[in-house]
Amino acid sequence: MTDVAWIDEALRAARPQAMSALVRYFRDLDRAEEAFQEACLRALRNWPANGPPRDPAAWLILVGRNAMLDDIRRGRGHDALSDDAAVSDLDDAEADMAERLDSAHYRDDVLRLLFICCHPELPATQQIALALRIVSGLTVKEIARAFLTSESAMEQRITRAKARIARADVPFEAPGAIERAERVGAVAAMIYLVFNEGYSASGGDVHVRQPLCEEAIRLARLLLRLFPGEPEIMGLNALLLLQHARAAARLDADGNIVLLEDQDRSRWHRGMIDEGLALIDKAMRHRRTGPYQLQAALAAVHARAARAEDTDWQAIDEIYAALERIQPSPVVTLNRAVAVAKVRGAEAALAMIEPLAGPLGGYFHFFGVKGALLTQLGRAREARTAFDRAIALARTPAEASHIRQHLDRLLKDSQPV
Amino acid sequence: MHYAILCYHDEAVVESWTKEEDDAVLAKRAKVTDKIEAQGRLGPIARLMPTTAATTVRSGREPVVIDGPFAETKEQLLGFYVVDCDTLDDAVEIARQLGRDEHGAFEIRPIRLMKIPE
Repeated sequence: MTDVAWIDEALRAARPQAMSALVRYFRDLDRAEEAFQEACLRALRNWPANGPPRDPAAWLILVGRNAMLDDIRRGRGHDALSDDAAVSDLDDAEADMAERLDSAHYRDDVLRLLFICCHPELPATQQIALALRIVSGLTVKEIARAFLTSESAMEQRITRAKARIARADVPFEAPGAIERAERVGAVAAMIYLVFNEGYSASGGDVHVRQPLCEEAIRLARLLLRLFPGEPEIMGLNALLLLQHARAAARLDADGNIVLLEDQDRSRWHRGMIDEGLALIDKAMRHRRTGPYQLQAALAAVHARAARAEDTDWQAIDEIYAALERIQPSPVVTLNRAVAVAKVRGAEAALAMIEPLAGPLGGYFHFFGVKGALLTQLGRAREARTAFDRAIALARTPAEASHIRQHLDRLLKDSQPV
Repeated sequence: MHYAILCYHDEAVVESWTKEEDDAVLAKRAKVTDKIEAQGRLGPIARLMPTTAATTVRSGREPVVIDGPFAETKEQLLGFYVVDCDTLDDAVEIARQLGRDEHGAFEIRPIRLMKIPE
């Protein structure tokens, strides 16, 4: 590893803590970002010669803040700080240093920053963009590429989000217990969305979007460190790890989706699976189930099966049944039907999804599953109709080509050899 | 004399390593351990999963189970057990039994065994 590589890693790891403390000082996202950037530049100049500081985050906070304050004092294009106290406490830097090392303080700082990014007034797309920019430190260019949009459009989205935060007069104090619980849910949802943005990607752009999954896992870990006893946050971490563990096996050389049952399981990431399984086990001990834990439990059943045919479909059926109880939705029922087909047969599964024709009438997967069940029951003509409908509803070429494979198989099977 | 060599590092940094970087570190270290293994002097090597996967059992009359790593600084790491359990509950129960009538704590960390020499 080169000198600069370890510095990059240290800066990256220290970023959430340093940025959130700087936001506390300056009460302004732009100014905090500027301070952090300046501190990073100085780190790149300083650290190679002097070695890494004992606490990189504390170093960055102190240097970033002082650099900004010097800048403000010299009046170089900045408005004077409204908060005079922020300038005067430059003197007791030593005391501040000690204070900053206090982990309780750190926790509140990072929470505050996450809550700001997930402010209820921001639409989800802006929350994600802001969190990736401010907390993760991805460049606007990187975020734009991941979301398949132009750099200027992404810049605008982030600027708009910041303006809204400024207008909303977001309290920089840590919220109370009830509000905190609600907003933790919002942060978890934001992280899950970041992950899905990366995970649902298909086609040639997968390498561009996969970093989103890694970033989501990083954020989820950060959140779990802040709430080490919250089973749903353990569940979220487990879910992301178990799903991301399959990344290498999910797409073939042409970028087509490889279905779970066809994946080369030796390419699954064993380390992530072990960690995910440990976390879901830990979460389940609390006996306070929730959607993330249940989805993680589903992923865990697949992860535990050495081969596709070893999958415990009975367990999957039961987990989906639990999910239906706490979060009923036609999509959950549809997924459960796939497990039911394996346990009780295609007939039972088909009966289960018939009532979904209304709510899922425009849903690609509904017709894909229906077609597959009808095929199993030997009702080829009806299956064909369902598959045709699925192709018409496919959103990506990968989805359409997947259904075409089903159709090819259907045609081949129905023809006498 | 047997020695345990405990590895400390900033886990946020280690977690941010790509698979290639991680593999490179392990390969570099394997050069050291391979030599020691050839001399028959190597014991088990384990990698601890992140502290987010940790659970702590504080012993005492009523043992308390806490999510998260052992965070106090007034006690020191004085030993460890490696046990094979089907569930975390089993491991917690073992830690409870070990700590009976004691004051102290047991941090339970899932591990990945990298090597178990003969």
